[in-house]
Amino acid sequence: MSTDLVSLAANTSNISIQGNLGAIAYGLAAIGPGVGIGVVFGHSIEAMARQPEAMPVIRTNMFLGFALCEVLALLGLVAPFIFPAK
Amino acid sequence: MSAHKMLAEVGCHIQANCGFPAPGLNSFNFKPIFSVGSFHFTKPMLLAIICMVLVVGFFWAAFGKPKLVPGKIQLVGEIGYNFIARGIARDVIGKKGDKFVPFLTSIFFFVWLMNIMSIIPLAQFPVASRYAYPVALALLVWITYMYLTFKTHGFKGGVKNLVWLDGLPGWIVPLIVGLEFLQNVILRPFTLSVRLWANMFAGHMLIVMFSVASWYLLTPSIMSAFAAGSFVMAIVMTAFEVLIQFLQAYIFTLLASIYISGALEEGH
Repeated sequence: MSTDLVSLAANTSNISIQGNLGAIAYGLAAIGPGVGIGVVFGHSIEAMARQPEAMPVIRTNMFLGFALCEVLALLGLVAPFIFPAK
Repeated sequence: MSAHKMLAEVGCHIQANCGFPAPGLNSFNFKPIFSVGSFHFTKPMLLAIICMVLVVGFFWAAFGKPKLVPGKIQLVGEIGYNFIARGIARDVIGKKGDKFVPFLTSIFFFVWLMNIMSIIPLAQFPVASRYAYPVALALLVWITYMYLTFKTHGFKGGVKNLVWLDGLPGWIVPLIVGLEFLQNVILRPFTLSVRLWANMFAGHMLIVMFSVASWYLLTPSIMSAFAAGSFVMAIVMTAFEVLIQFLQAYIFTLLASIYISGALEEGH
């Protein structure tokens, strides 16, 4: 087992990984907005449950927060088109 | 020419060993319907014009001859108008927002209709996934925003409204002025247009992706179950897109009204 790992480590220069870096970059870019959108909607639902009479105001602000958060993920989507792979 | 069309022409299935023809940017390029010199008239332009005619025609039919007791079309028009007037303009801008309800209403319905074109058979292309269309709409909002800022506050007050925050310690002022300028003048129209464009782009790509995959995986064997799964996903994604399309039109209008209310605010 350990010799396998050693030989694998010795041969890393032979390992080639193919694919698109843009896809990985977008995966990374989606983490933060994913958490952020979860927080936005989670807290809005909590607020609506506590104060149903304030629902219109909360909903408007919820979509505002959602939009501002979402745009980060979308900028990640745009980046590979702005900086295309050679 | 769209990817699924090319695929159908090639007749590429998984057994034919021709590799998965992944949909890419070619799904968004169309052959011109007709050309005048170097001006090419393409399908998105046609769809945008159809949307424009539909919006203008609908509201003309609804409010051309308004009656005290509304007819059917006027009733639907009033519901749409009130949705923007009460749900967005009155909530965000307040009493002063009544002037801008026609502007916001036409933006909302135009954007929504352009987005809905994504799932209408034969059209099946969200116009806003070509970047020029959201840019034009965002510029319209941006010009309104700038005009109102300088009209309400004058030149000096307008600049102050755009870059200044009160009650800051002196050492941070240069940083905040730069950031506020960047945010209010450059990033706002950019994110407004990119948000609409990227959502429609990604949504269309998802639908094309699953449609192409369900064709590609179709074989005369039990493996067609994968094709069926992909087909179901295409339908689910279409339903999801209906929600996203409405939401994006709503958010676009909401942000436009927030910018307008920011321009009309007395003190910053």
